[in-house]
Amino acid sequence: MGLLPLFVAIPLFSALLLGFIEHKKGIMHTLVMLTTSALVILAFATPLQRGFYFVGGHHPFVGITLMLDPLNRLLLIVVQILVFVASWYSIGYMEQYTAKSRYFSFVFLMLAGMNGIVITADFFNLYVYMEIATIASYALVAYGGKAHELEASFKYLVLGSISSLFILLGIALIYSQTAALNMMVVAQRLDVTNPITWLIITVFAAGFGLKSALFPFHSWLPDAHSSAPAPVSAILSGVLIKVVGIYVLLRFFYNIIGVDQAPLTLIAWLGALSSLVGVLLAMGQHDFKRLLACHSVSQVGYIFIGIGLGTPLGLIGALLHIVNHSAFKSLLFLSAGSVEYATGERNFHSMGGLAKVMPWTNAASFIGFTSIGGVPPLNGFWSKLILIIACVSSGQWILGLIIVVVAIMTLTLFPKIQKYVFLGDLPSKFRNVKESPWSMILPMLVLCFFCIVLGALVVVPVLRETYFLPAVQALLSGKWLGVFQNAP
Amino acid sequence: MIYALCIVLFLLGLYGVLVKKNLIKIIISLAMMNNAINLFFILLAYRKNGVVPILSFLQPNANLYETAVDPLPQALVLTSVVIGLGVTALMVALAIRLYYVYGTFDITKMRKLRG
Repeated sequence: MGLLPLFVAIPLFSALLLGFIEHKKGIMHTLVMLTTSALVILAFATPLQRGFYFVGGHHPFVGITLMLDPLNRLLLIVVQILVFVASWYSIGYMEQYTAKSRYFSFVFLMLAGMNGIVITADFFNLYVYMEIATIASYALVAYGGKAHELEASFKYLVLGSISSLFILLGIALIYSQTAALNMMVVAQRLDVTNPITWLIITVFAAGFGLKSALFPFHSWLPDAHSSAPAPVSAILSGVLIKVVGIYVLLRFFYNIIGVDQAPLTLIAWLGALSSLVGVLLAMGQHDFKRLLACHSVSQVGYIFIGIGLGTPLGLIGALLHIVNHSAFKSLLFLSAGSVEYATGERNFHSMGGLAKVMPWTNAASFIGFTSIGGVPPLNGFWSKLILIIACVSSGQWILGLIIVVVAIMTLTLFPKIQKYVFLGDLPSKFRNVKESPWSMILPMLVLCFFCIVLGALVVVPVLRETYFLPAVQALLSGKWLGVFQNAP
Repeated sequence: MIYALCIVLFLLGLYGVLVKKNLIKIIISLAMMNNAINLFFILLAYRKNGVVPILSFLQPNANLYETAVDPLPQALVLTSVVIGLGVTALMVALAIRLYYVYGTFDITKMRKLRG
């Protein structure tokens, strides 16, 4: 467990170091790749069992506790791999911007924040890490400095701050009820029959719902995620909304409050509404990245449907969709970025025929589209199938029907874009377009590989038993009953 | 009662953020919300006629635990104030850049992003 603080310390230290090597590009790129690949290796090296790390050697009632269990191990691995891929891609992509080292500093701050959220078991510490991650993401959304980017960043900043303050209010209420901030102690002391607990649940659902763009709070997401540079959009849509919003809500509902069906049903229905609204919003877009961002709202809705069902199968579907969505949506954002890098254009109605000049990007986005559309045997198919089966088997026919309808709409939406962007005749203004450099294509191919094989997480028994089922089991084991092994 | 006043202050700030059209007023409203919660934290720790929570060997106080105010929320508020400072600074910086671009602080005039 001594490894745990490194997940926060390494990216923080690299973010600091990057400030000193602003003008030495070779060293900067080496440092970025070394840090991110070291973190990937570290994430796989973490132990499989649940364990704690007590910061400063204090007793958990007093000090901060870090925790690792199969659920956050799964998320740690996903986050490290995705940030590794996105940073690799950024080395080529960010050549169009200035102040590259500052960009990487922000990415590493965001990574430190996300890792902290995943491993912490202390409410106020969670708030601090959340602010580190989201403040870095506000700055990254405004990174281009153009009018629409500043506007999107301000909108994101205002709504993000409101949600953070709601969460802080919830933490204050928790402290007033339990006189503790450690999640395990809170889980034991929080009295579910007390009306204040319901206020806490409401405030937390609103705060984390805003952070993860659940239905009535989704308006900021298309602006923010489409205005950021492409690799940042990939990180934001791929992992940030899931780590900051969905993961914490999962923990809160399943491990701290203990499962209660009433709020979960509400969450399932809000998820169903946001999956419908997201896909309908996406249908009306003509900007490549904005369409992908709107579609993220609908995929987050899927995840919430799975969480809201509360059955083991629903949770398996939700967790698998978290992993899958971070693979295919990032892949699509990266290929949209690659198209934008080569042509300087984001409106797909004015493109066409790019398959001839950009064969690799074409292949990558084709795999992304088929995967997000749910074509077997790519990964999107498995999670959607599991979610539909989970809905039907728990008697929620209407939710299952909504998932099917949204999946069909998605399946019709994406071939249309593939046709507009890559097929047809090449406009004369794109005659001289070249394929993006290899440093951008290789990361996309890595994500293509994941899109193809991730279905194996549930199909292959060894992977399922090692990575996946323990994570679901960690949620289903219900309320934490304060077991601190070897507390100081 | 006094806790309810904190919530009222919080909701007033929320009203300001949602209704006001001026960027600077939105920033001030957010600062208000932040301060409402900080105040709430401090009030949680308050104890009538409480003493300073410092463990001193020179003047030992046997019943410090019963009489002292809770020191933890004070530490939390300190952190939260610093975070609030960072957020406000970033917001003001963005507001200045937006003013350069649009020549106004009115959010209804900034509409590059639609749908």
